[in-house]
Amino acid sequence: MSEADYLNCSYTLRSWFFTTDHKRIAILFFASLTAFFFIGGAAATLIRIELATPQADLVSSDGYNRLFTMHGVIMVWFFLIPSIPNTLGNFIVPLMIGARDLAFPRLNLASWYLFMLGGCVTLFAIFAGGIDTGWTFYTPFSTLYSNSYVLVAVSGVFIVGFSSILTGLNFIVTIHRLRAPGLTWNRLPLFIWSLYATSVILVLATPVLAVTLVLLAAERLLGVGIFDPRIGGDPLLFQHLFWFYSHPAVYIMILPGMGVINELISCFSRKEVFGYKFVAWASLAIAALGFLVWGHHMFVSGQSLLASLVFSFMSFMVAVPSAIKVFNWTATLHKGSIRFDAPMLYALGFIGLFTVGGLTGLFLACLAYDVHATDTYFVVAHFHYIMVGGMVTAYFGGLHYWWPKITGRLYSEGWARAAAILIFFGFNLTFFPQFVLGAEGMPRRYHVYPPEFQVWNVLSSGGATILAAAYLLPLFYLGYSLFFGARAPANPWNAPGLEWQTTSPPPEFNFVTQPVVTRGPYQYSADFEPEPQNA
Amino acid sequence: MIHWRPPLALVAAWLGLLALLALTVTLAYLPLGAFNLVVALGIGATKAAIVAALFMELWHRGARMLVFATAGLFWLSILLWLGLMDFMTRT
Amino acid sequence: MPEGRAFAPQFASARHRDETAELGMWVFIATEILLFGGLVLGYFVYRHAYPDAFVAASKRTDILIGTANTAVLLTSSFLVACAVNALQTNARVVCVALLAGAIALGSLFIGLKAIEYANEYRERLIPGVDFAFGGSLANGVQLFFVFYFVATLLHALHMLIGIGVLGALALLLRKSSNTRRRTALHSAALYWHFVDVVWIFLFALIYLPGRSGG
Repeated sequence: MSEADYLNCSYTLRSWFFTTDHKRIAILFFASLTAFFFIGGAAATLIRIELATPQADLVSSDGYNRLFTMHGVIMVWFFLIPSIPNTLGNFIVPLMIGARDLAFPRLNLASWYLFMLGGCVTLFAIFAGGIDTGWTFYTPFSTLYSNSYVLVAVSGVFIVGFSSILTGLNFIVTIHRLRAPGLTWNRLPLFIWSLYATSVILVLATPVLAVTLVLLAAERLLGVGIFDPRIGGDPLLFQHLFWFYSHPAVYIMILPGMGVINELISCFSRKEVFGYKFVAWASLAIAALGFLVWGHHMFVSGQSLLASLVFSFMSFMVAVPSAIKVFNWTATLHKGSIRFDAPMLYALGFIGLFTVGGLTGLFLACLAYDVHATDTYFVVAHFHYIMVGGMVTAYFGGLHYWWPKITGRLYSEGWARAAAILIFFGFNLTFFPQFVLGAEGMPRRYHVYPPEFQVWNVLSSGGATILAAAYLLPLFYLGYSLFFGARAPANPWNAPGLEWQTTSPPPEFNFVTQPVVTRGPYQYSADFEPEPQNA
Repeated sequence: MIHWRPPLALVAAWLGLLALLALTVTLAYLPLGAFNLVVALGIGATKAAIVAALFMELWHRGARMLVFATAGLFWLSILLWLGLMDFMTRT
Repeated sequence: MPEGRAFAPQFASARHRDETAELGMWVFIATEILLFGGLVLGYFVYRHAYPDAFVAASKRTDILIGTANTAVLLTSSFLVACAVNALQTNARVVCVALLAGAIALGSLFIGLKAIEYANEYRERLIPGVDFAFGGSLANGVQLFFVFYFVATLLHALHMLIGIGVLGALALLLRKSSNTRRRTALHSAALYWHFVDVVWIFLFALIYLPGRSGG
C-alpha cells in the first residue's frame, strides 16, 4: 500500500531527529528504552550467574555492588518509569482522545533528548567504573565514603527527571484540553485515566528527587554535611526526601500498566470494563494515597514509632484501590467472550502476578513482619513481582496489542503466545524461590550466602535463564514482522476505541477529519459498530 | 499616543504588599516566642495570596485553574506534614 | 491585535492554544513548588532540631538587603503585572518600558544578592568555603547556611532565567505584537510572579527568625 502514513511521509534523519510528531517520538523512545532494558538485563544476568553458587566466584564484593546498582538505576529510571508513558502513551494518547498531537510537541521532543542526555551521562558513570551505593544512594555512604562515580550518575538521573516532568506536564494538559468534541471525562478510556493519574505523580514527585540529588551532590562536592551526623545532620532526612519521590515512582511504573490491562481485558472478553467509575477513581486514589506511604521503606531506619505506625496504616489503605481494580478486571472476565490471543495472555498473567506482588506488599506493610523481612530477598521478590510480573508484562501486552496500529504489520501469533507463556513460567521460577529465600533470612545485595540457600538460588537462576530467552524472543518475531509481517488492517482486534478508527499505521496528523464522540468507551455489544468516522 | 494608566487594583495590591512587608519586618522584632514563626508565615501567605489573586489573575479564573494552582501547595503540605511527623515524634 | 503564526494542528483555534499554554504554565509552577518544597522540609527539620542555632544564624543575615530585595521584587512583580495589562489594552510601547523596569529591578536584586554573598564570604559564613563560627551552635548554624545558600542560589538561578525570558520578550515586543507574543508574555509573567512568591517565603524563613529577643 502506498498511502502516506507517519512512517513513510519522510525518510530523512532530520525528519526523525527533529520530529515533533508524537508517534515518531514514541518510536525514538521505544528504541532507546529497548536498549536500556537489555543493558539492565545484562547486569541482572551477571547477578544471577554469580548467585548460582554460594561463594563469590564471578565478581568481587565491590564488583557485585556495582552490578546491582547498575541494574537498579537503569531499570528504574531508564526503563520502567519512561516505558509505557513514553512509548505507548506518547503514541496512543492523542489517537485515543481524537487529537492531532500532544499539547506541546516540542516539549515532547525535548523530553526524549533529555532522556538520551541523562542516559548517556549515567552510562558513562557505569562504564567508567560504576557506582556501588545501590540505586537508593543512601547517605552518608554515597556522600562521604563511596569512591565511585556518584556525582556523574546522580547528574544523569537529575537530567532524566526533567524528561519525566515534561512528559507528565504534556499529558495532563493534553488530556484536559485536547479531547475530541463529545469526549467527556466519563467517556474516556481507562488507559487515559491511568496515564492522567501517572502524570500527576510525575509532575509532583519528580521535582523533590531533583532537589534531593542537588543536596546530595552539594554534600559530596563541597563537604557541607547536610546529612552528615558528625556535624548534626540527619541521614534520615535524605531517606525521607528520596522516598517521597521513589515510592510514588513505583506507582508511576504500575499505573500505566494497569491502564493497558483495562484495554486488553475488555477487548479480549468483548465486554466493557466492569465498574468503570470505580476503576477510574481507583487510579486517582492510587496516585493520591501513593504519596502518603513512603515511610514504609524506613521502618528499621530509626524513624519514630508513631510515624511508622501512620505509614503502615496508609500502606494498607493504598492496597484497597489496587484490589478494587483486580476485582473489577475479574468481574469483566466473568461471562465474557474470551479469546486467548497473546495480549490477553499477558493481561491474564498480569492479574495473577500483580496480585501476588500486591499481597506480599501487605506482608511488608505490617510493621512486625517487616522487621524480619526488610532488606531480605522477600522484598526483592515482592517488587519484582510487581515491576516485572506486573509492569513489564503489561508493557509487552500493550506492545503486542497496539503493534499493528504502530507498525502497520501483524506479528506471528504462534510465536507471541509461546513467548508469553514462556515469560510467565520463567518469571515465576526466577522470583518465587526468592520469597522463600527472604523468609528464611537471605539478605539482599549479598553475593555470598550460606550453602543451605543454594537450592533456591539455583532454581531462581535457572528461571532467569528461561526468562532471558523468553524476553529475547519478541525481538526476533516482532522484528521479523516489521519486514515480512502481513499488513495490518485499521482494526485487527475489532475494538471500539478512536485509535482503531484510523489507518494502521496512522497518517501523520492522525485523523483525516476531527473525530466526534457520541458514546462511552468499551461498547462491545453484539451489534457493535465502530464510531462512524471519515478515517 | 495611548494614555495607559495602571489599574487601581494592581496599584492597591502593590501598596498593600509593601505595607505587609513593613509589618512583617516590624513584628519580627517583637518577642512573640513561637508566634513569631506563625505571624511571619501568616503574613507571607497573605502576600502570596495577593500576588496570586491579583498579579497572577487567579481572582478572574475558574475553579479548575484554582485547583491547579493549589495542588502543588497541597502536596507540599503532605511532604512537610508527614516528613516532619517523624522528626517531631522521636523519643 | 494580529494573530501570530498559524496555530498548530492539534489546536482548534489560537485562543485554544493560548488557554492551553496558561494551563501548562500552572502545571509547571506546581513542579517548582515541590522543587523548593524539598528544601523547605530540610529547613524545618533542622530548625526543629536546632532552634537556637537557627535563631543565631538568622541574626547574621543582612536584614537591610533582605528587606530591600523583597521590596524590589514585589515592585518588579507589580511592573510585570502592569506590562501584561498594558499589552492587553494595546499600549505596546508602555508594556516594553514596564518590562525594562522589571528587568532593571530584577538585576538590582541580583546585584544586591551578590553584595550580600560577598559580605557573607568575608564573614566566613559559607559552608564548605572557609566556614568558621565559634561556639556550641556551630553545627546548626552551618546547616542553616547550607540551606540559605542552596535555596537562594536556586532562587537566583530562576531569577536569571526570568530576566532572560522577559528580556527576549521585551525585544520581540519592541518590534510588534501579536496574540502569540501576548500569550508568551502572560506565561512569562506567571513564572515571574511565582519566583516572587518563592522569595516571599524564603524571606520569612531566612531573615526574620533571629530578630526578636536576645
